[in-house]
Amino acid sequence: MNVYLYILVMAVVTYLIRMLPLTLIRRRIENRFVKSFLYYVPYACLMAMTFPAVFYAAEEHFVAAVAGVVVAMLLALRGKGLMTVAVAASVTVFAVSLIQGL
Amino acid sequence: MSSEFRIGVKDGIPIALGYFAVSFSLGITMVAAGITAFQGAVMSLSNLTSAGEFAGVRVIAAGGGLLELVLTQLIINLRYSLMSLSLTQKLDEKVSFWQKLLIAFGNTDEIFAVAMNHQRSLTLSYMLGLQSLPIIGWTAGTFLGAVACDLMPKSVSVAMNVMLYGMFIAIVIPVAKKSKEVLMVACAAVLFSCLFRYVPALQGVSAGISIIICTVAAAALGAILFPVKEGQD
Repeated sequence: MNVYLYILVMAVVTYLIRMLPLTLIRRRIENRFVKSFLYYVPYACLMAMTFPAVFYAAEEHFVAAVAGVVVAMLLALRGKGLMTVAVAASVTVFAVSLIQGL
Repeated sequence: MSSEFRIGVKDGIPIALGYFAVSFSLGITMVAAGITAFQGAVMSLSNLTSAGEFAGVRVIAAGGGLLELVLTQLIINLRYSLMSLSLTQKLDEKVSFWQKLLIAFGNTDEIFAVAMNHQRSLTLSYMLGLQSLPIIGWTAGTFLGAVACDLMPKSVSVAMNVMLYGMFIAIVIPVAKKSKEVLMVACAAVLFSCLFRYVPALQGVSAGISIIICTVAAAALGAILFPVKEGQD
């Protein structure tokens, strides 16, 4: 299937999600379940996409990916910023895969 | 150029820089999924959403169906509807229906957060100023990441493929550290996701559908077991 068709569908759905509440709804969401559900969605979604996929993201370098995740988690726990954590994870994967290749 | 527009542009600079870095790694991920730099730039310009685009890339790479794609975007980007809803409470009364159509386009997590932090009610000028640089940064970063990917040695691009995941970890961990509820939801999502990867009977489920099921199941579990307190968003 054409990639641009996929992109168009994604763009339309995403835009409607942003646009409809902004233009149509004037009340606040009161339902506690819906509010709670929406609050948890980003965290659930990011973690479901990350694990276990991240362990295979560096292709055959499984151990390197695990090391990258450990470093990312430790730095994130210590409150480091997004970029620091992301770059450190990448550098770790690179370094460990180099060492493994020796 | 109105002063509100200029203030908006200034407020958008840090977002734009962050976006450039994130979308750079998104561009690399796209190339790995068989998407060209130009297609990636078009996707980023028209979608403006990291998690949504990332999930979309997975569906495209797996040759998934359009219904699957729609559902994936719907679930993952549903949070924007809540943000748009909150934004309506802070918009200036003079903002017209047509102007809202424009403002809605760039309502990302970070732009929403900064806009809600603005001292005055939100005008069209401010919102357009705020959105301008992040949109450019997001699109340019995706394009350059994808282009750079082809020029980089394989070992570097493979390592950079992990960057976006690192960023996701960096978003969730600090919140999970403070909130046991978020931690439980995150663990449930990981557990469900592992089931889809390792249980033979579930391995046939496509990437997009499994992300949807894991997200909905974990978030619903959280909403049932730990409903958020009043005044918490």
